Amino acid sequence: MAEMWINMGPQHPMTHGLWNLRVKVDGETIVDAEPEVGYLHRGIEKICEDRTYTQIIPITDRLCYGSSLTWSHLYCLTVEDLMGIEVPERAEYIRVAAIEMQRIASHLMWLAAYAADLGAMIGFIYTMRDREIFIDLLQALTGSRLTYNYPRIGGVAHDTPPNFERDSLRACDYMEKKLKEYEDLFDGSKVFMMRNVDVGKLKKEDAMNLGITGPLLRGSGCNYDLRKDMPYSVYPEIDFEAATHPDGDCYARYRIRMDEMYQSCRIIRQAIQKMPKGKWRIVAPRNAPAGTGLGRVEDPRGEGMMYIVGNGTDRPYRVKIRSPIFVSVSAAKHMLLGYKVADVVAIMGSFDMCIGETDR
Amino acid sequence: MKDQPDPPSVGQVIAFRSKDFVKWWDDIFEGVLRRSPVGGALDFVTKDFFNWASRNSIYPLHFGIMCCALEMAVASAPRFDAQRFGIIYRSTPRQCDVLLVNGPVSKKLKPALRRLYDQMPGPKWVVAMGECAISGGPFYSSYSVVQGVDQFIPVDIYVPGCPARPEALIDGFIKLQKLIVENKKGAFTGK
Repeated sequence: MAEMWINMGPQHPMTHGLWNLRVKVDGETIVDAEPEVGYLHRGIEKICEDRTYTQIIPITDRLCYGSSLTWSHLYCLTVEDLMGIEVPERAEYIRVAAIEMQRIASHLMWLAAYAADLGAMIGFIYTMRDREIFIDLLQALTGSRLTYNYPRIGGVAHDTPPNFERDSLRACDYMEKKLKEYEDLFDGSKVFMMRNVDVGKLKKEDAMNLGITGPLLRGSGCNYDLRKDMPYSVYPEIDFEAATHPDGDCYARYRIRMDEMYQSCRIIRQAIQKMPKGKWRIVAPRNAPAGTGLGRVEDPRGEGMMYIVGNGTDRPYRVKIRSPIFVSVSAAKHMLLGYKVADVVAIMGSFDMCIGETDR
Repeated sequence: MKDQPDPPSVGQVIAFRSKDFVKWWDDIFEGVLRRSPVGGALDFVTKDFFNWASRNSIYPLHFGIMCCALEMAVASAPRFDAQRFGIIYRSTPRQCDVLLVNGPVSKKLKPALRRLYDQMPGPKWVVAMGECAISGGPFYSSYSVVQGVDQFIPVDIYVPGCPARPEALIDGFIKLQKLIVENKKGAFTGK
């Protein structure tokens, strides 16, 4: 049978964003694959160079629309490192609670898209229904649904709204109940298991050599979570576990994200209970000193890193963004080879693609 | 040397290539129906029914670009449930009649988006959702972003917001439904 190239994208129901996967097929078996990104390049790193430090926060929100709070938090963390600012403790706890809510919302969005891809429309309906609870909480906290513009250099924009603590704890209780329901729904579904177990194997060595982070790496059995291994913010004072799974297939990555949602509920509960009273923001200087700042956080998709060079003015000289998915997508070839065309949806779906941060 | 190509044989007529098919269709419907009173008469009979049908079955293209794509997904999820207005997302442009542009159009994407628009069968409409699709939004000063989708595709409805909320998107679709009813275009003459 003749081999041929198939373009899956830029408009394809599999892509979840704006990229192109070229696969070379021999009959139905994939013999080569080549991801092509860059359709959403907006030149964010360049735009940042002519905005002041505060004006960049809304731009970093739009880096990853699935988890925008993580990226604006990362930006503020980096600038605080550059300026040498200590953030009030209350602000750190508010940030951690908000980030974990964002992580749950992001994973639920992934689960919705993934379930709909694999033909389980009920998964889309259930998860989107429950995602709204966390979106509502974040809306009460920040005032917006998707791009929050909430963290500030030296704290957060405003204090928690009334009843925020009560509502967050209730939402965590509700979510843990619902997660058990999802597990029954998906693990009990024979179709879901057939399309996930032993599909898209990624070896631990390959994952480490390619520099992959996040659920893809932890799904291959490597216990690497920046919240544990290089703690930032107030994560050292919070008791939780990094989820790992040894198998390295699509089911392992699904499992990792489900376990992370349980852990996020734990973290939110502890952050709400340990949250001290006091100031939530200090006034940061307008100009940053000449020097460099580095920030690394555990994004829902992997390790996000930012490197900012200041030159004494109120605008950065250079902003470098390291995106987890831009690195992870290079593993597409390793994971796709030898599987059928129909498995592309499951394998690439388990990446949790977010093109906004990939192309920047 | 022949001046004229051979007339198509029976086999060629049955197995048209797409280009030949478009030409054949254009010759009959564009040429004959549009200019003769037959098209007008057919329009007079079918106009109301066709517009009622296309108003109640708006099929946008399932094409996510950026943040607004999530709000597009939320709009069809249980809380907002856009499907009660007949808005169902289809994955191929051949089955769609609304192109929903929900993000910034980079210079690399521009030809692909234009091709998607050209692939959609008429009558078709375009909804620009969010600031990025309207004017470039927060990325207006970027070297790689087209400042608004209306620079190369005609846009019917603008839905502002960054990102536009699901309610705003549903409101935009309702405005589009009103537009379809008010314009009352005929399928045969296009008037």
